[in-house]
Amino acid sequence: MGVVRISVLKFAGRAWVFGDNISTDHIISGKYKFGSISTLEGMLPHLFEEVKPGFHEKVREGDVVVAGRNFGMGSSREHAPALLKMAGVRAIIAKSFARIFYRNAINLGLPPIEATLIPEVTEEGDTIEVSLIEGKVCNVDKDLCENFRPFPNEILKVIAEGGIVAYIKNHGGLPWGTG
Amino acid sequence: MEGTLTHKILSRKAGRAVSPGEIIVVDVDLAYAHDGTAPLAIKVMEESRTLMKVADPEKVALVIDHASPPPTVAAATVHRQMREFARRFGVKLFDVGEGICHQVIPESGLVKPGMVVLGADSHTVTLGAFTAFATGVGSTDIAVAFATGKTWLKVPDTVKVELQGTLEEPLMGKDVILKLIGEVTASGLTYKAVEFVGEGVRTISVASRMTISNMTVEAGAKAGIFPTDGKLISWYEERFGYSPKPIQPEDNASYEEELNLNLSNLEPQVAAPPNVDNVHPVSEVEGVEVDQVFIGSCTNGRFEDFLMAAKILKRGRVRQGVRCVAIPASRRVYIDLIRSGIAEMLANAGCVLAHSTCGPCIGAHLGLLAEGEVAVSTTNRNFTGRMGHKDSKVYLVSPATAAASAITGRLTDPREFIGGG
Ligand code: SF4
Repeated sequence: MGVVRISVLKFAGRAWVFGDNISTDHIISGKYKFGSISTLEGMLPHLFEEVKPGFHEKVREGDVVVAGRNFGMGSSREHAPALLKMAGVRAIIAKSFARIFYRNAINLGLPPIEATLIPEVTEEGDTIEVSLIEGKVCNVDKDLCENFRPFPNEILKVIAEGGIVAYIKNHGGLPWGTG
Repeated sequence: MEGTLTHKILSRKAGRAVSPGEIIVVDVDLAYAHDGTAPLAIKVMEESRTLMKVADPEKVALVIDHASPPPTVAAATVHRQMREFARRFGVKLFDVGEGICHQVIPESGLVKPGMVVLGADSHTVTLGAFTAFATGVGSTDIAVAFATGKTWLKVPDTVKVELQGTLEEPLMGKDVILKLIGEVTASGLTYKAVEFVGEGVRTISVASRMTISNMTVEAGAKAGIFPTDGKLISWYEERFGYSPKPIQPEDNASYEEELNLNLSNLEPQVAAPPNVDNVHPVSEVEGVEVDQVFIGSCTNGRFEDFLMAAKILKRGRVRQGVRCVAIPASRRVYIDLIRSGIAEMLANAGCVLAHSTCGPCIGAHLGLLAEGEVAVSTTNRNFTGRMGHKDSKVYLVSPATAAASAITGRLTDPREFIGGG
């Protein structure tokens, strides 16, 4: 992977646990997206405000979100993954993702990882280890690991550099040539 | 997924056999955005100077359709920005009145079987009716596709929907897709590519296929694809004198999931508020009083839709107190309605016929709902308040059911006026 810092692709973090069908509205309510607050910074205090009050104060850089099915459903503005990333969340491990959220997350450099067992067993505060290169996610406290299909190299590069726009800024083109 | 339409299209684009769940990078054959999504895409491009270019202007289109002509200064400003962008990069612009993106793009011959198409709009799946792999994306995605001509895609699982029997007047594609959504629910096809195959496909017009593909996204699908059959080939031949190379699924294609739908015993379907999967046969919801009827949108704004409405409205006229708004999905449809005399019939029957725009579909203009009002609409979403006041209601139906309801002023089975028994 050349210049990419290994820590971006292999990391451990504390888990924040959510259930099924967490919508983009649960992540950031529509009333903040289009209401009086227009900046991402301004929206940050309202992140997960109804499903996990106080999340914004307690979340630490490098934490991960662990969730059930269909994470990121609903209106798929890019605000939702952008805010999670801004809050310090390093990865989302869910049973499945809503399609446009999945794309947006990768494009912003926030890896969406599909796993079945880890979301079943994880409790809030457990330590989760992720290796994006190997395609492996572990719950250290529960001593359980699960493999997932690794992202292709090009996507890993995009994630490592903080997203597709950042990648293009840094390299003048996409990792898959052209541009 | 071997042998499915999705497998064939994506494997050819990737240059190797693909499998569900893997991420591939492909050339985009066509990318488009409209006045709701183009501004953000242009902003993404402007913020990164390396992105401020267009890889191939022939493969990019902008469409002014959501608030058109501009009802506000803000919309006018966005439209001006789109014109400037189109001029600067030499990309195709469909300006005010030309039509709704998912209609004017295929009508202009820009979509062909086998293509990978990205649109910055969830209903881009409409173009699956032309055996294209067409899907909706966000603004960053479309900006990258404009600038580089490429995108990444996660290969979806494929679901086969086997259509049996015959679709007969006044049943339309809308009834088929509403029935399917009712069965599988609004999240039932999340992330999947749906392919419509079987004997029944032959009995469904290209326009109705577009309606069906259009609403696959309401069940969460990533694409809703029809094979290239004789009907589609004639569609191309009549309009462009061109015969596309057909793409068909293999007989032994392996699908992750298979569903069946019999067209022959289908009843007209209604999606009652507030969810698209709250689907009932019309007999269960008949009689609901109606304030507005809307026939139009990318779902049902084509010639056959107004032809069906006119056939029914010939038997009566729009009831006093009901407003009936009819909006063709493109200028070409509009002209065809004038030439064929349907425009006059609709106007005589008491409908308001407007120029082509998305209009009331998203509550932008040309027919909003007051508190407590009820609309019967041929559009694709019935979330509470979508067409106006937050306490207004929308029932989704076919143009036939819409026209019948306009006559009686309550939700009505179109078979009272035409066909059926
Ligand atoms: S007609 Fe409605 S659904 Fe179709 S593109 Fe316009 S706003 Fe979207």
